[in-house]
Amino acid sequence: MTAMTDDTLPITPRAMRDEMIVFGLMAVLLAIVPFTGIYPFFVMQALCFALVACAFNLLIGYGGLLSFGHAMFLGTAGYCSAHALKVWNLPPELGIVVGTAAAFALAIVTGYVSIRRQGIYFSMITLALSQLLYFIYLQAPFTHGEDGIQGIPQGRLFGVFDLSQPTILYYVVLAGFLGAFLLIYRTINSPFGEVLKSIRENEQRAISLGYKTDQYKWLAFILSGTLAGFAGALKVFVAQNASLTDVHWTMSGEIVLMTLVGGLGTIFGPVVGAFVIIAMQQYLAGFGQWVTVIQGVIFVACVLLFRRGIIGEVAHYFKRSL
Amino acid sequence: MQALYAQLLVGLINGSFYALLSLGLAVIFGMLNIINFAHGALYMMGAFVAYFLLNLFGINYWWALLISPLVVGIFGMILERTMLKWLTGLDHLYGLLLTFGLALIIQGVFQNYFGSSGLPYSIPDQLRGGMNLGFMFLPIYRGWVVVFSLVVCLATWFLIERTRLGAYLRAATENPTLVRAFGINVPRMITLTYGLGVGLAALAGVLSAPINQVRPLMGADLIIVVFAVVVIGGMGSIMGSIITGFALGVIEGLTKYFYPEASNTVVFVLMVLVLLVKPTGLTGRAA
Amino acid sequence: MKTKSIASLLLTTALTLAAASLAHADDKVVKIGALSDQSGLYADLGGPGSTLAAQMAVEDSGLTGKGWKIDIIAGDHQNKPDIGVNIARQWFDVDKVDVIVDVPNSGVALAVSNIVKEKNGILLNSGAGTSDLTNSQCTPNTIHWTYDTYTLAHGTGSALTKNGGDSWFFLTADYAFGAALERDTTAAVQAAGGKVLGGVKAPLSTADFSSFLLQAQASKAKIIGLANAGADTTNSIKQAAEFGITSGGQKLAALLLFITDVHSLGLNTAQGLNFTETFYWDMNDGTRAFAKRFQERMKNHNMPTMVHAGVYASLSHYFKALEALGGNPHDGAKIVAKMKEIPTDDALFGKGSIQPNGRTIHPAYLFEVKKPSESKGPWDYYKLVSTIPADEAFTPLDKSTCPLLKK
Repeated sequence: MTAMTDDTLPITPRAMRDEMIVFGLMAVLLAIVPFTGIYPFFVMQALCFALVACAFNLLIGYGGLLSFGHAMFLGTAGYCSAHALKVWNLPPELGIVVGTAAAFALAIVTGYVSIRRQGIYFSMITLALSQLLYFIYLQAPFTHGEDGIQGIPQGRLFGVFDLSQPTILYYVVLAGFLGAFLLIYRTINSPFGEVLKSIRENEQRAISLGYKTDQYKWLAFILSGTLAGFAGALKVFVAQNASLTDVHWTMSGEIVLMTLVGGLGTIFGPVVGAFVIIAMQQYLAGFGQWVTVIQGVIFVACVLLFRRGIIGEVAHYFKRSL
Repeated sequence: MQALYAQLLVGLINGSFYALLSLGLAVIFGMLNIINFAHGALYMMGAFVAYFLLNLFGINYWWALLISPLVVGIFGMILERTMLKWLTGLDHLYGLLLTFGLALIIQGVFQNYFGSSGLPYSIPDQLRGGMNLGFMFLPIYRGWVVVFSLVVCLATWFLIERTRLGAYLRAATENPTLVRAFGINVPRMITLTYGLGVGLAALAGVLSAPINQVRPLMGADLIIVVFAVVVIGGMGSIMGSIITGFALGVIEGLTKYFYPEASNTVVFVLMVLVLLVKPTGLTGRAA
Repeated sequence: MKTKSIASLLLTTALTLAAASLAHADDKVVKIGALSDQSGLYADLGGPGSTLAAQMAVEDSGLTGKGWKIDIIAGDHQNKPDIGVNIARQWFDVDKVDVIVDVPNSGVALAVSNIVKEKNGILLNSGAGTSDLTNSQCTPNTIHWTYDTYTLAHGTGSALTKNGGDSWFFLTADYAFGAALERDTTAAVQAAGGKVLGGVKAPLSTADFSSFLLQAQASKAKIIGLANAGADTTNSIKQAAEFGITSGGQKLAALLLFITDVHSLGLNTAQGLNFTETFYWDMNDGTRAFAKRFQERMKNHNMPTMVHAGVYASLSHYFKALEALGGNPHDGAKIVAKMKEIPTDDALFGKGSIQPNGRTIHPAYLFEVKKPSESKGPWDYYKLVSTIPADEAFTPLDKSTCPLLKK
């Protein structure tokens, strides 16, 4: 895990200020989207994936743990929220809580099993666990197999905000995203985050300093999984369906790709990466059959030419941490 | 009980594909430290080359068994020379992503030109028909697949673990500088190794062409299972991946009998169990 | 490449926004979206061919000569409901699409049908098989052409059972579509006096079916029903031949098979297969003329599948309704209601009608794949076993669970 460490400079007041400026800029840009004519549903979709990628990045970029099964949190929360909204007729806020709580519970169990393994074996055990969940969701009657849960009611958040209005939905999703993003940012710069980074750099040293590294990793895993689940719950309101696509291993792969394209271990990288990948899926659709080839070429170029990812390269150029 | 024997035998046949594919992956991982996600796409290319040889040049199955791995192996070596070699010393992740991108490109191009439903390739005349074993009807071609792949697997194992060339190879992965000091061209050796691993994938592709439709996505469905086999066997372990490959085939066969819905998932259950008990796979060394 | 596509994207967005402000009720502007799987499993049976079929329908309608402006855009849903929904929503919101055609993959089709209803657009479904589209999930904006699981099950199930194939064993793909096919076929077989001896559920995208085929062989059933699709079907057919199942006297019935699948298997392997389709290119002069023109323009020179034919016929009928209305009211439910009023009549499916639940009914056919010796040339693959009349090929109205019927 050496290649991804070189851009995380120690946190200084100046870096913090830079990051807050960029954050402010991002928040403002996203806030004016509904007035620009940019299609809001595309941005909402991208925001949900951006949040998943940020959560994933918390694990790999700061904890050195490459999860190849993050789709299980996204999908689990999606299914549970969708079921709560459609079958139990719960209001939106409770639907989100149910989904996020399900992801939280799942993260506790899967984290406990997987954080004991390192490197590629950690990745593989997360992959295996997510495949098991995929199988469960395929078999469970409430998910309706490949037809998925369809036509999920959006309802009124707190009885006030009508989520079937695209603009209101947009700001709700945006608020959720920004809140979770700040939480991740705070975590990275907290003492807890510092310990995580020290574990990534040298686990043995962290142990000898008296840290119970397994517990730190477990906590990071739970936080990451829960936030990914939160994103999955938000996504239910945007897509109005929950399907097997979100639990499939290719989705886990996409999350990795988003983070890589944007920049592993950078704060804003996953957001940019998610927007790029979602935009590709959306707007390359016109190229018909060549879509997969174009995607492949971009990934190859990414690995060979700009390995730090978009934000990573920018940050490296300006010698800033972003 | 008879049905059970049949399932075991059929499982063994499937296991031989897993063994051949995971063997190639294990060779590449062991020697290059690269997780070759393009393995499935190269397996598919092997089958397509066999199809072209037959339909464009009239070259039969037996020659395809030789030519197709060579063609795909050379293609693989070009990939290694032009791209993969730049990743030496980087995290596994980058190799995985690069080869994943390559797999998308290869599959996409084939899909563009040959559609998704696939092309037919029939069993060679010499291996048609079957024999009645009492408990099941065994197509001769399937018997051939088991025997042939077992021979290839053991030969590869012998080459790497028991010959001088293999010794150089293993030494070169442990300490390239030292091996270079003995006057051995290490980069060329790495390239050849990648060619060998890829050639094994193509060979599996030719073997499967008469059984499965030759279609662009035939490898994509398989790759993740083969990954699991390599991990269970212990990353990079030659014998581990061969044995696990065959064993998984048999276990899958049993699952198909008792709980068919789970037959694609059982491998992941095994992976979790094995990794919980033995962190580095059955025979693997530390990551 | 990337900057170029973004630039062109911005340009088209600007243009469509400008165009949208000009569009008003009852003009003669129509926008068609062909939403299909352009690169995956269903690309051959739908995909680019469906876009071509839509183009041919536009040209043959002759409307452009009468002052209508008709555009077609194509999209790739990649078999993901999310992406399908996004494309559909954007088509309605930004591109002002009036009607979406094709949409193979039941999961995507159901998701898209919800959006279509919300936006009061039109879904002319041809590619998806789920009969839910005209039952529990029916909407006033959806018309389902070509086939559904009921057609496949009843066509193949009852016809084969009546012809003596009275014991069945199912090899089912383990997903909702496979389960629906097995359930419907079981009902049809039992109603026709046959019995089902057993079945096995195989995971989707299994590479090797030999274990399952051995179980089917051991069951001694006369008919082995393949309740799966795409590569799963072709692989199981190929391997059944290898294990001597067909030469051992058991018959294979593929519940969902397209002519492109038969073409890819080759007659040697596919001969003797039974299955139901609602369109075959070599039925009559009308189908032959259409197929010939289609094949010439198709990039890979494939013959049209029944899905392509359904796209063509459903759009042609849509244009008839527009002409009758004298303009495009941009009101999906209103146009669909008009389409249900007019009886359907086209060269590909013959005479028929659209039921109140959105189901188009027309005859279906039980085919058998020819032996290589019987085939006169490329694409000469099918012989007709029996014709299933329109009223038996689809769910009877009194059995439909569509809420629209309970008014």
